[in-house]
Amino acid sequence: MREKLFRWESILVLLCVAVFAWGSASTPGFAEADNVSFLLLDYTEVALLALALLPIILTGQIDLSVASIIGFCSALTGVLWNAGMPFETIVPIVLVAGAVLGSLNAALIVRFGLPALAVTIGTLGLYRGLAYVVLGDGAVTGFPENYRPIAADNLGGTFLPYATLLVLIVGVLVAVVVHHTPVGRSLYAIGLGEQTARFSGIRVDRIKFTLYIVSGVLCAIASLIYTLRYNSARADNAYGMELIAVAAVLLGGVSIFGGRGTVFGVASALLLMAGLRNVLFLNDVTNEIQNVINGLLLIVSVLVPVVANLIRRRRNPAPAAEPGPPPQETLPDPVGATAAHGTPEEDQR
Amino acid sequence: MITSLQRRKRAALAVTSAGLVAALIAGCGGTTKGSDAASDSGGSGTEKTADPNAPIKEGLKIAFLPKEIDNPYENIVDKGGIAAVEELKGTGKEVGPSDASASSQVSYINTLVQQNQDAIVIAANDPNAVAPALKDAMDKGIAVVSYDSDAAVDARQVFVNQADSEDIGRSQIKMVSEQIGGKGKIAILSATPNATNQNTWIEYMKDELTKPEYKDIQLVKVAYGDDDDQKSFQETQALLKSIPDLKAIVSPTTVGISAAARYISSSPYKGKVVLTGLGTPNQMRQFVKDGTVKEFALWDPEQLGYLAGYAAAALASGQITGKEGEVLKAGELGERTIGKNGEIILGPPTVFNADNIDDYNF
Repeated sequence: MREKLFRWESILVLLCVAVFAWGSASTPGFAEADNVSFLLLDYTEVALLALALLPIILTGQIDLSVASIIGFCSALTGVLWNAGMPFETIVPIVLVAGAVLGSLNAALIVRFGLPALAVTIGTLGLYRGLAYVVLGDGAVTGFPENYRPIAADNLGGTFLPYATLLVLIVGVLVAVVVHHTPVGRSLYAIGLGEQTARFSGIRVDRIKFTLYIVSGVLCAIASLIYTLRYNSARADNAYGMELIAVAAVLLGGVSIFGGRGTVFGVASALLLMAGLRNVLFLNDVTNEIQNVINGLLLIVSVLVPVVANLIRRRRNPAPAAEPGPPPQETLPDPVGATAAHGTPEEDQR
Repeated sequence: MITSLQRRKRAALAVTSAGLVAALIAGCGGTTKGSDAASDSGGSGTEKTADPNAPIKEGLKIAFLPKEIDNPYENIVDKGGIAAVEELKGTGKEVGPSDASASSQVSYINTLVQQNQDAIVIAANDPNAVAPALKDAMDKGIAVVSYDSDAAVDARQVFVNQADSEDIGRSQIKMVSEQIGGKGKIAILSATPNATNQNTWIEYMKDELTKPEYKDIQLVKVAYGDDDDQKSFQETQALLKSIPDLKAIVSPTTVGISAAARYISSSPYKGKVVLTGLGTPNQMRQFVKDGTVKEFALWDPEQLGYLAGYAAAALASGQITGKEGEVLKAGELGERTIGKNGEIILGPPTVFNADNIDDYNF
């Protein structure tokens, strides 16, 4: 299992390197500081959503309402700003609103034991609808110029946008929690078997509840960045972004059934998607073709572990031994990076 | 029991701390709407002066960015624009998002900046969402023209508008008056009751009717088909039933006029009641041929793009800067003077009838 995981992540890293090398070599304007900033900024909100989704998907759940929470929070920001409220007051209110929407998801899923897929498809529509109720189909603009740099500008003279720095900080926090704490190990345990996790004393409900609230807050942060970056609060902001974020998580090697995946994988997938999108854009590849490419990548990412498993079984027809076969039996590893790393989630079992 | 108590405590703690943070932050004096408006005065781009005799540069790269790439109307506009650019020995292309959401154009603008295009011609989905990116583009010396749907005034140099509202409104009355011999009852079939452009046109139509030459024409009703084909069809039916001596229907919306034409063409009113308004030649061709409709109007989208293409090239070559009063030389369209706020108007709508309808395909 461990080898399989690392093999996919190695492939992702290689693909990233390939895309960036190809872009720099073939596409004028790609390897420029301005462009790298665009590329990173363009994925700020998707990255935050993916980081919110990762722990949830690790437990075998899903949250499809993330982009709609952005829409609602953005609409709320617009209405409050129009009403003359100071931006400094709007920020905490929006964060609380995100938490409330997240906890509504959590309440329905955890308290009433409803399936997360059904609940969040419902709230996907509900929150987006509420966004239109709050703001209508107009747009609010004219947000303070002194805050816009946080969402749009770079860290003093570098190519790194502040917003990306924020994403990095959130990413490190999520990585620490997921990979280096008992709570993180519990996420994998829940994903591998909720009943078992419950019986072994993990407070499954509490963890799940918290995850959805955190997700709501991260969405609220993403909505503030989105609203400031485009200087436009609208109910249709980030429409459809949940699918890009889910795709990034799955492409990152996270199992949709839970129990498998790493922050590093998701980060690589995000970088790959952002880089690829940018190179394709610069080469005037249409959106439709980009969707085809992203779709194929996603299918490959789901297919590779399955095929690898099949090949392994054929080579080693012994009754499926769950803890993977010894390293020397595995397929050639592209970077030979498999051996050294011990993943915390494996220690759990 | 214990857990629920704990939970309540925790919740209380969370709410209080959130409230505290809010109060704390709010206390530090806030930035409210309009409070930093003064700081926003930084002029976009450098002040350049126009050189009306500057030659159009060769090899200009000009990109057309429609609301969405599958919008058939804007595809035609862009076709006209690319033709203009090629006429000027430049290269034109059309790129755009597959959805018309507010921000999807921004990635394209950034890409066009990186590609060192000389000009960007855009139909903005959201005038404000695209503004920061367009301002960046202008700062880097890229000419920005908006068409069809304007961007924020300070985020583009020139807006190429199809026709001015007054022209559209007044020309509708002129057209209908000619067809009914200046006498009789007319009705308007509009889109929705709160469509801004429709209402502006209708106001000008009413104003035009107060002129002495139209004193024998009475506007008896404004009906609303909501730009819905079925509803427009039924409204037409109702108008003709309830006003037996109705002479004409004016429908200044492409959906309304084609639904009305469909009803009239298969009713006894065909050839007796005049129908005119704004429609596309492709929608209306069969009704012009079968005699239901004699004349209708619309601006020519290809000409709109052509004008925008010329405006972009002239900006990129320094012939114009977008200031009021400058004159744009627009190839076969002749000259246009730039109006207030950098607006350039294509001109009165083109009138289509049996003689010329086959020359147009849109």
